[in-house]
Amino acid sequence: MTVKGTVFKYGNDVDTDVIIPARYLNTTSETELASHCMEDIDKNFVKEVKKGDIMVAEDNFGCGSSREHAPIAIKASGISLVIANSFARIFYRNAINIGLPILECPEAVKNIQKGDVVSCDLAKGEIVNETTGKTFKAEPFPAFIQNIIDAGGLIASIKAKQAK
Amino acid sequence: MGMTMSQKILAYHAGLPEVKAGQLIDAELDMVLANDITAPVAVKEFEKANFSCVHCPARVSLVMDHFTPNKDIKAAEQVKTVRNFANKHGLENFFDVGRMGIEHALLPEQGLVGAGDLVIGADSHTCTYGALGAFSTGVGSTDMAAGMMSGKCWFKVPSAIKFVLKNKPAQYICGKDVILHIIGLIGVDGALYKSMEFTGDGVQYLSIDDRFTICNMAIEAGAKNGIFPVDDVTREYLKDRFKREVRVFEADPDAEYERVIEVDMSKLQPTVSFPHLPENTRTPDQWGDVKIDQVVIGSCTNGHISDLRIAADILRGKKVAKGVRCIVIPATNTIWKQAMHEGLFDVFIDAGAVVSTPTCGPCLGGHMGILAAGERAVATTNRNFVGRMGHVDSEVYLASPYVAAASAIAGKIATPDQVK
Repeated sequence: MTVKGTVFKYGNDVDTDVIIPARYLNTTSETELASHCMEDIDKNFVKEVKKGDIMVAEDNFGCGSSREHAPIAIKASGISLVIANSFARIFYRNAINIGLPILECPEAVKNIQKGDVVSCDLAKGEIVNETTGKTFKAEPFPAFIQNIIDAGGLIASIKAKQAK
Repeated sequence: MGMTMSQKILAYHAGLPEVKAGQLIDAELDMVLANDITAPVAVKEFEKANFSCVHCPARVSLVMDHFTPNKDIKAAEQVKTVRNFANKHGLENFFDVGRMGIEHALLPEQGLVGAGDLVIGADSHTCTYGALGAFSTGVGSTDMAAGMMSGKCWFKVPSAIKFVLKNKPAQYICGKDVILHIIGLIGVDGALYKSMEFTGDGVQYLSIDDRFTICNMAIEAGAKNGIFPVDDVTREYLKDRFKREVRVFEADPDAEYERVIEVDMSKLQPTVSFPHLPENTRTPDQWGDVKIDQVVIGSCTNGHISDLRIAADILRGKKVAKGVRCIVIPATNTIWKQAMHEGLFDVFIDAGAVVSTPTCGPCLGGHMGILAAGERAVATTNRNFVGRMGHVDSEVYLASPYVAAASAIAGKIATPDQVK
């Protein structure tokens, strides 16, 4: 699958409290969570984000709380892919489990700015900065994790195994 | 090559003679946990998947602690969802108001987790139980739902950093200073994906509550788990409490560690994490004059009886500074009752503080002590991210109960010596 969109860029240690503040965790509604996504560090995100857009960040993205509401809010806001230098481990699991595409690629992070248009072939991990013409290759996932992604998330992969 | 303590526990639960860092394994779980924020999402996933039953009801704990006693209608509806689920599946370890406490103080206290266990929880501070010699780690709601259904979870076997804790902690130094010092040293991603294994002759001087505090904040260095060896302190705590067999695992002498870091606890100073990351640690000479509006003493990090005793010792016969709200939150009902019988509540009330029912409440900006724009709090909690305790322009300073209580008296960040 190929995704394409405009980039929102953030720095190091973006924590799940700013991705979705705890004051909104009294709901599991995806649209309601999405309506507050990133608001404590970027008030314009919700206003500007369009379906398919891409989030790019530096180190340790998604650190802090285990709240799955964080990747849920990002995904429901329309973001099609998050590229970072590294992800905090619970966020990494959660994103894969719920089917939010994520890629680790420091070269891409270094060479992509806010507002650039980026496309990516998710299966190959090939990232293209359409604004500058530069291309990058993300680290491939281990086969075990790729299987979960291919099945459409953890629950779907468990159900597929059960059906066999 | 030998295995770390964490790797040995994982190997045992995966039914493998050995595991190596980086290996992906499926392992049997002893306990699966969620709270009133994460369980509703897990229940939704569980029901959406049409899973018919919980693999082992005795190995599931649902603790309603974050927004409880329910702070608003939506929070009440979330707890109701979980309560109905617990009733439907016959889950005995469903803890609602009256039985509940802050999950990471409650589960050990109730004997639901112990040495040698493999535990996942849909709460990042699940790493707390490493204090008891368990491998315990935070996951999300979907992992938790899958864990409830299957009794298993997949893990990537972590590499490890060894922390050699040396000597007896100096006066007014407790577990909180140890872990804040370490996070300041290695950073909020300093142990990303790794185990933090604590060893050394200094371990004997750390109470079980100190060890809970230290393991609790392993996640604030990005770690997968924190863990202490099992010794007499652990066994004494688990005795008459832990309902299953104590399984003791020790790191092999030739276990591989990515780094070994020595911490001389006799040389530590009171340590405070300034906004907005736990790694922004400063010692008293770097504090300056930071006036405060609120103090919170509690949370899964520092709401234990020993923390309340420390706070009471500092506050006894003193007054909370004018203009400061000091909120004390015992972590569980058992701790609450104990503190009451020991007369600690008299000390807090006489000083002008307030005592709350157990709840995570203000730690995550939920309720029971939210900050307005421009306000500052010294808190014994675990995170000081932007907006964590309330308004996006408020600030949280993380500290030990010694420093929090002293700061309440001084009206600014202070050491116990400064308010004698």
